[in-house]
Amino acid sequence: MTTQTSPPGNDPVPNRIHARPVPRPGRLVAAAVVLVLAAMVANALVTNDNFRWDVVWLYLRDVVVVRGVMWTLILTFGSMAIAVVLAITLAIMRRSDNPVMRWVSWAWIWFFRGTPIYTQLIFWGLLAVLYPRLSLGIPFGPEFFTFRTDDVITAFWAALLGLAFNESAYLAEIVRAGLTSVDPGQAEAAKALGMKDGKIMRRVILPQAMRVIVPPTGNETISMLKTTSLVVAVPFTLELQFATSAMGNRQFLPIPFLVIAAIWYLLITSILMVGQHYLEQYYGRGFGTATGRRGRGKGPGGRQAAIAASGTVTVDLAKEVTP
Amino acid sequence: MSATDTDAPDTGAAQDTMVAVRQVHKVFGHGHDAVHVLKGVDLDVARGSVTVILGPSGSGKSTLLRCVNELEEITGGSVVVDGELMGYREDAKGVLHRLHPKVVARQRSRIGMVFQRFHLFPHMTALENVMEAPVQVKGLSKREARQRALELIERVGLADRADHYPAQLSGGQQQRVAIARALAMDPELMLFDEPTSALDPELVGEVLAVMRDLARSGMTMIVVTHEIGFAREVADHVVFMDDGVIVEAGPPERVLDDPQHERTKNFLSHVL
Repeated sequence: MTTQTSPPGNDPVPNRIHARPVPRPGRLVAAAVVLVLAAMVANALVTNDNFRWDVVWLYLRDVVVVRGVMWTLILTFGSMAIAVVLAITLAIMRRSDNPVMRWVSWAWIWFFRGTPIYTQLIFWGLLAVLYPRLSLGIPFGPEFFTFRTDDVITAFWAALLGLAFNESAYLAEIVRAGLTSVDPGQAEAAKALGMKDGKIMRRVILPQAMRVIVPPTGNETISMLKTTSLVVAVPFTLELQFATSAMGNRQFLPIPFLVIAAIWYLLITSILMVGQHYLEQYYGRGFGTATGRRGRGKGPGGRQAAIAASGTVTVDLAKEVTP
Repeated sequence: MSATDTDAPDTGAAQDTMVAVRQVHKVFGHGHDAVHVLKGVDLDVARGSVTVILGPSGSGKSTLLRCVNELEEITGGSVVVDGELMGYREDAKGVLHRLHPKVVARQRSRIGMVFQRFHLFPHMTALENVMEAPVQVKGLSKREARQRALELIERVGLADRADHYPAQLSGGQQQRVAIARALAMDPELMLFDEPTSALDPELVGEVLAVMRDLARSGMTMIVVTHEIGFAREVADHVVFMDDGVIVEAGPPERVLDDPQHERTKNFLSHVL
C-alpha cells in the first residue's frame, strides 16, 4: 500500500490514498469463460444455415406478420384495460362492508385463478354450444331482445373477454395488496377533512396504492403479451404466434418463422419495459426524494421509501411475480 | 340520549357552547373482547376557548377527541357541536336515526383535526395538500384555493416550502402544513391529537408557536397533549382523564398547581 502526497492544488484531501486493488484472478477467468460461451452461442446462431436468416429478414415485415402483431397488441391492451377496471372493482368489493359483495368478489377470483387459462379460452369458444341464444330482459321474466350467441360473442370477443376475465383475478389481488399498503391514517385524515368515501378512494388511496400496483401490473402486461398466443384455443387465429407458425408450416420452414415471432415479442416487451419505467417514476413522486427525515411518523410508504433510499433492495423491472 | 331539557343543545345555551359531550360511552369490540374505553364522559367547550386534555396513555383522551368528529362512532350518549347533534337525527318520538355518510362528511368538514403522525398526503406537495379539501369538498376553484392555501402556508411560516413534498420536510414543518391543511376548511373547531408527540424535541416549539397564535386568534381548540407548559400558558380549561372518565377539570392554575385528586397528583408528579 502506498500513500502519496498529492500535488498542492484543489484536492481537499491532502493525503488521498492511491492503493493497488486486491488481485482477483478468479474474476478474469470467470469473465473469460463466460465470454467464450457467449461467443459460441452467437456463432451457433449466425453460422447455422437452418435458421435461414434470409427468410427471417424477408418475412419480418410481411403483411400477415405485421397484422398478427397488430392483433396481438389489440388483444394485450384491450384485455388488460378491461382487466384493470374489473380488478379495481373486485378489489373494492373485497373491502366492502356488504358480505354479498365480498363473497362474489372472492368467488370470481377463486374460479378464474383456479382454472387454467387454456381451459377457460376453450370454454369461451364453446359458449355458443352451451347457450345458443342470449337475451336482454327482466331476470326470470320477459325477454326484450334476443341474439344468436355466435353473432355477439365472435372469436375475437371470446378471446378478449377470456383473457380479461382470467387476468382480472390476478390483478384484483395486486390491487388489493396495493390498497392495503396505504396507511389507514391517510383515509382517516381525508375523512376528517370531510371527504366522501369515493373521493377518498380516488384522490388519496388509489394514487398511493399505484406505487405498489404499477410494477407487478407491468409484469402482468408483459406476461399477457405472451399469453395471447394461447387464444388459438378459442380458436382465434389472427394473432402473431398462430399467424407466423401457420406460414412456417405452409412453407415447411417452421424455425425462421418462430424466430420472427420471438423477435417481435422481444421488441414489444422492450418497449413495454421503457413505458413501465416512466409510469413508476410518475407514481413514485413524493416518495423517491430522500432527505434523511423520513421513516418517522409515516406508514408503510415511509418505510418503503426508507428501504428504497437505503439501497439495500433494488426493484427488478423484469421480475416475474405471478406464474 | 340522556340529555334533559335543561341542557338541550339547540336552545339559547348553544350560543357560547361550541362542544357539548354528554355521558359518552365508547366500547370497542364485542362480547369477551369488548373494551370499555369511555365510561360516561361529560365535557363542555366554550366558543373561542382552549381546552387541554391530559392523562396517561390508554386513558381514552384520544378516543374522546375522535368521537367529537365521528372518526369513532360513539356507543352511548351524545356529542353536539355548534348546536348540531353529530352522526344522528332525532325524530319527534325521540328515536335516533343514523345520518347518511354524506351528511356526516359535511359535519366533519367543519371540524379541523391534526394528528400525532401528521398524515399529510405524500403524493401531493405542501400546497396541494392544503388545496385538496377546499377544491374537492367545498368546490372552490383551483385559483381561489391556491390563493387561500398560500396565505395559510405563509401563516404557518412555510412560504418557501410550498412546493415541497412531505418527505422533503422535517416533522415540525409537516405538522405545520397539516395545521394549514385543517385550517383551509375554515373550521369552527380544531382538534389536536398529541400534535407534538412524534416530533424531535427541537421541533416541538415551532408547532406549539403556531398553535399559540391560533388560540390567540380566537379559534376554539381541544388539544390532547403532554406539554404541560403549553397547557399552563394557553389553556382556558384543563381536563384530566384516567381510565375512561374525567377525573378532574378546571382552570389550569387549579388543576395543574393544586390538583385535588390523587390520580391527578400522581400523573403530574411524573410528567413535570
